[in-house]
Amino acid sequence: MKKKESIFDLLAQKPWDPNQAKIDNMHDGATIDLSKGKLGLRFIMIVSAIFFSLFIVTYSDRMVYPDWQRMPEPWLLWVNTIILFISSFVFITTQIESKKNQFHIVKNRLLLIGFLAFAFLIGQLLVWQQLIIDGYYVSSNPSNAYFYVFTALHALHLLGGLVYWIITIRKVWKPRDIVISKVKHAVELCAIYWHFLLAVWFVLFGLMLFS
Amino acid sequence: MTADSYEDVATGKNDTIPALEVPPQDLYHAKSFITRWIFCQDAKVIGIQYALTAVSIGLVALVISWLMRLQLAFPELVPFLGPAEYYQFVTMHGMIMVVYLLTALFLGGFGNYLIPLMVGARDMVFPYLNMVSFWVYFLAVLVLVASFFVPGGPTGAGWTLYPPQAITSGTPGGDGLGIILMLISLSIFVIGFTMGGLNYVLTILQARTRGMTLMRMPLTVWGIFTATVLALFAFPALIVSCIMMTLDSLLGTSFFMPAIVEFGEQSEHSGGSPILFQHLFWFFGHPEVYIVALPAFGIVSDLISVHARKNIFGYRMMVWAIVIIGALSFVVWAHHMYVSGMNPWFGFFFATTTLIIAVPTALKVYNWVITLWRGNIRLTIPMLFALAFIVTFVNGGITGLFLGNVIVDVPLSDTYFVVAHFHMVMGIAPVLVIFGAIYHWFPLITGRFLHEGMGKFHFWVTFLGSYLIYFPMHYLGFVGVPRRYYEMYESPFITSSTISLNQFITVAAIAVGLTQLLFLYNIITSAKFGKKAKKNPWEACSLEWQTPDVPPTHGNFGAELPVVYRWAYDFSVPGAKEDFIPQNTAPSEVPDARVEKT
Repeated sequence: MKKKESIFDLLAQKPWDPNQAKIDNMHDGATIDLSKGKLGLRFIMIVSAIFFSLFIVTYSDRMVYPDWQRMPEPWLLWVNTIILFISSFVFITTQIESKKNQFHIVKNRLLLIGFLAFAFLIGQLLVWQQLIIDGYYVSSNPSNAYFYVFTALHALHLLGGLVYWIITIRKVWKPRDIVISKVKHAVELCAIYWHFLLAVWFVLFGLMLFS
Repeated sequence: MTADSYEDVATGKNDTIPALEVPPQDLYHAKSFITRWIFCQDAKVIGIQYALTAVSIGLVALVISWLMRLQLAFPELVPFLGPAEYYQFVTMHGMIMVVYLLTALFLGGFGNYLIPLMVGARDMVFPYLNMVSFWVYFLAVLVLVASFFVPGGPTGAGWTLYPPQAITSGTPGGDGLGIILMLISLSIFVIGFTMGGLNYVLTILQARTRGMTLMRMPLTVWGIFTATVLALFAFPALIVSCIMMTLDSLLGTSFFMPAIVEFGEQSEHSGGSPILFQHLFWFFGHPEVYIVALPAFGIVSDLISVHARKNIFGYRMMVWAIVIIGALSFVVWAHHMYVSGMNPWFGFFFATTTLIIAVPTALKVYNWVITLWRGNIRLTIPMLFALAFIVTFVNGGITGLFLGNVIVDVPLSDTYFVVAHFHMVMGIAPVLVIFGAIYHWFPLITGRFLHEGMGKFHFWVTFLGSYLIYFPMHYLGFVGVPRRYYEMYESPFITSSTISLNQFITVAAIAVGLTQLLFLYNIITSAKFGKKAKKNPWEACSLEWQTPDVPPTHGNFGAELPVVYRWAYDFSVPGAKEDFIPQNTAPSEVPDARVEKT
């Protein structure tokens, strides 16, 4: 069992001390009890969160100026939000089936998730089209610019997620070539990222809604 | 002799630990020349690829600096160089040196080569991603170089790319592709770096060998690790500002662009905040200084310890200082903006945090010096460079204390004093470490030494020459010579003495620059004809020197990963036969070694 130690305990170790050496000699070399995939994904989510946070900081800095005009919220945005929510929910059920080794169900669910993701992206494009028809151009007002930037960057993140979704699908379709635990792991990572994207969207949508 | 269980080890029954049973890593095996040397997934090859690309683009920046210096001192020699070209060169020199050379070389070059070897791993945890990371970086460099060849040339906005002037038509490259390519190149760089950075952090955290605790790692790894974490947190600010400025330029948004009149015409922008860009840029820009400095701190600690045959003094404090400097570097950014008209209290806060950074930094300097105290100093070329670094870093750091104060910074901000300061602390100091590191690890990478005579010549000309270049610049700053000026006329403000001093600086700069070409010649010839190095020629303790093959082959450590029994600084241990005990030497192999009570 790996004993948890605080960062302060860690930094207080005396590596030259013989008693510490006896403890250190048994260290297996890993710091955090997580797979490299999960830890890597966490790092990506942290970097991504910082990225969006910086945008949000500049957003809140900009919106206090008098020339700020709120964008309308087309009803389609609500539909898209629900689609994203459903896809995240489907992922939870997919993960449960994956744990039970029900891979024929997992296959169908993954396809459904992909369909929902594309539906979301097309929905966002339709929102853009509607707003442009209504005269809300990217350069007309800073709030418009932020709306387009937020939606575009979120969509880019989703596209990145779809790349990993394809990798996951390939693993699920060819489980014979790959260890089953790796397939489950891929499904789990994909699910975590989907939930993250839903959370990011809630924050961005909420920000645009309540500002 | 192996222990029966880990419990026995803990109670001291036996001391040899069985090798860690880890599932074999799916090592990538190259099958052709292309996958062996071009699209290679071996971190060592990727490290060399990073280093070669960074040095190549760095040479461009070096030549550019010669041209700028010639323009300032002997403008008749460079008649083709007008104001626009001068500003383009200033911009490209700064950006290339800071981002594409120093960051890429320290983290991409040394990081890739040294991290797996030093922590006892076979490779990075995501080798494929690592390979992609290099090629994305390479693409960023290509886009940057492409900007030299587009109509209007590269951007001349200064390396800080401040709007609104960066994207207005009066600035070289401002209304053409120059600035756009720069912003795209930087964004690509950040994406590539994030892939690499993820690898460095995860390899250090998760893929160390048995016995290699975090507090047993060499300080080089600590420096690279902390710098990478800083970069992962700071680079998003750069990419955010790049995206927003690209949109301001291409789509007419007004994130940073205020309403301005450009060549008599009202621009389409209104209401944007140029100061917002400055905040974002320096939120990246100041940690960037430490992204370069922290790996240099780590490497120089190891060079000093190895070549002074002494354990590094205050190892734990060195680690703490690296972490504290890293954390503090995120709360000092606005000291680059004292002249932007900020609230005085704001300036007071940032001046205070800036001066506080001097504490952990000074602590490191003291520890380096105390490590030297009564050490068995070997004045090898790496050691010479390490010593030169300490002196230069102290010089550059002290002028940083001047400039950290608002009241001193305001009059000096636009003068050559600032140029001298940041070149000493961020240019020369880290570059001296890079040279020391290359002389130190060259025998590991190639199995041969660099030529010593050429090396000593290179050292003395670079070290003394740098002072001839930058010391007079402090004086120029004090007498008020403004920086960023394309031409220096004799005037009541700029006297004839400063003109001749400028000429002196230029001659020194060209001499130092030419010496770097000698260094390159040394590298090329020594790689093939240099004196052969035996295994572990510097008698170092860290793992990279303990590989079965020199240079280390694919997979680094042969059949079994090494087991670590000690920290990386067991030099001159009383009772031991030799004056160093490698990290993977079990206590039973050095029975007479005594550890003094601490």
